[in-house]
Amino acid sequence: MTPPATVSRTVAAPLAAEPVRGSDSLWAEGWRRFRRHRLAMVGAVILLLMILAVLAGPFVYRVPINEIDFKAKLQGPSAAHPLGTDDLGQDVLARVLYGGRISLAVGVAAMLIAIVIGTAIGAVSGYVGGAADHALMRVTDLFLSLPQLPLLLLIVYLFRDLLRTAFGPEAGIFVLIVTVIGGLRWMPVARLVRAQFLSLREKEFVEAARSLGAPPLRQVARHILPNAVGPVIVAGTIDVAAAIIAESTLSFLGLGFPPDIPTWGRILFDAKDNLDFAPHWALFPGTAIFLTVLSINYIGDGLRDALDPRKVLAR
Amino acid sequence: MSKYFLRRLLILIPVLFGISMILFTVLALAPGDPFEELATNPNVPPEVRLALRAKFGLNDPVAVRYVRWLNAMLRGDWGFSFVSRVDVDTLILQRLPVTLVVLGSAQLLALLIALPVGTLSALRPYSVFDQVATTLAFIGFSLPTFFTGLLFILVFSIQLDWLPFIYRADIDATGLAFVWEHVKQAIMPVAVLGLFQGASMTRFVRSAVLDVVQLDYVNTARAKGLSERVTVIKHVVRNALIPVVTLVALQIPGIFTGAVVTEQIFRVPGIGSLLISSILANDTPVIMAITFVFSILVLAFNLVADLVYGWLDPRISYR
Repeated sequence: MTPPATVSRTVAAPLAAEPVRGSDSLWAEGWRRFRRHRLAMVGAVILLLMILAVLAGPFVYRVPINEIDFKAKLQGPSAAHPLGTDDLGQDVLARVLYGGRISLAVGVAAMLIAIVIGTAIGAVSGYVGGAADHALMRVTDLFLSLPQLPLLLLIVYLFRDLLRTAFGPEAGIFVLIVTVIGGLRWMPVARLVRAQFLSLREKEFVEAARSLGAPPLRQVARHILPNAVGPVIVAGTIDVAAAIIAESTLSFLGLGFPPDIPTWGRILFDAKDNLDFAPHWALFPGTAIFLTVLSINYIGDGLRDALDPRKVLAR
Repeated sequence: MSKYFLRRLLILIPVLFGISMILFTVLALAPGDPFEELATNPNVPPEVRLALRAKFGLNDPVAVRYVRWLNAMLRGDWGFSFVSRVDVDTLILQRLPVTLVVLGSAQLLALLIALPVGTLSALRPYSVFDQVATTLAFIGFSLPTFFTGLLFILVFSIQLDWLPFIYRADIDATGLAFVWEHVKQAIMPVAVLGLFQGASMTRFVRSAVLDVVQLDYVNTARAKGLSERVTVIKHVVRNALIPVVTLVALQIPGIFTGAVVTEQIFRVPGIGSLLISSILANDTPVIMAITFVFSILVLAFNLVADLVYGWLDPRISYR
């Protein structure tokens, strides 16, 4: 064994092993802290049950969502219809289960879009710095001062027909809503990632990687990004809740999904004029939205405690 | 202070340009042609249609059309509503005061809840009061405004029959009865918006006060014999409000989301419900103008936040 090889191994070994071992114990530590947050655990269980219900529910509870039965319209909960029926005699439970799939899918997809855009912009801004940073942060500020819902309504109104012909009625409106919600929610993530990058890129381990000749892309992907991921996860969790609310708001205003796709907001829109004689019709989907959003927010709170010990308030 | 105000005002100009560019890009990219109806009408020869397009400048380059559009928007020439047959600016000016009154009262309600509750929570952290307040705040901002609105109608209008759930502009009463009817119908929309805002604001106030209350100068204030009341109000809360204003300013665009929803639920005749009805009626000039007005309102509220910021922290206005 030659001395130079030993030297290089002792120098390289801890550097190579560091991220793997470090992140492993970090996750275990995070999980331990998360479990201590009682309400976050309750939220996680409720959310898992919700996801399970909307995924497996339609296979177990085999009532069609669009079977019209005028003899059984606007009935309260009963054995035949556990959550009652709507004004066409359609089963509310079946519709809530089916709609939950869309609502949750919209939430997750819009969150992913927001995270990808936000991380990309924040990373470039924080790593490159200078004029690029300045320009990107002005764009971020600009997007932060846009009136979200009016703009969302305007874009959906103008582009609805175009996407409907391009992707079909269901997929078209899904793509449109997800893109627009995600495209208007990336700013907080970009700011968080930028702040993380600004401090991390000056840290010794990144400098070490740089001096070992790691190209910028590798420095970012392998050394900086994994250490910046905590706050992004927290922001992403809360974004899911915000996206679910945004989609429900659109559908509630009658400008989201069409009536044959009963998302939770859409059911509320149909139910709101029958509140006086069929309150159950609005209460069940509304409670579903509320429980989901509350669970996700508590999970986000728990994750903040677990992953981000400084408890930054940035939301 | 006035120099600071002027500087903040000047910063808004490029932001306004940016917003107008985004709005115009959205409009320019959208499919559809204002003369589409003429194209399918066999009585209108194609030459007439092309002449009309040229006359209204639809064949000009995008940059030229943008400058012309922005110029018209800034001069207050917002076009003509297809549906209501009146100028868009008159239509909006009729509706705007209601929106501002409801929004303003809701913000006031939110402040009146958030300031005392958040401060008391932070002064006795993990006490019963704090835990109840924190839980309620969490529930409050997880309840979407459209669902709270429906719940309020269900409880206060349908079950208890205390409050009307449709907002009427034409109340045929005079004097005190008139005022009382107006207050009664504004209670639910203002409460829905104010409670939602108040919930998230309470969290901001609580965590900001928690940060400030353990600083050394607070101990100094206590040590020199100031009463707890003076210490908290003049020393803790005033400084804790600085980060709160920043966070509230970031939430301003969200306030308008709630405004549109509550106006729609309670049929408040403001610009939010006008926006929805214009979209349902394909009234593009009104839709564009309202989105523009909402953007200006966001900026105006941001300016107010900046002023409050400068008042709370005089160092900022000298920088």
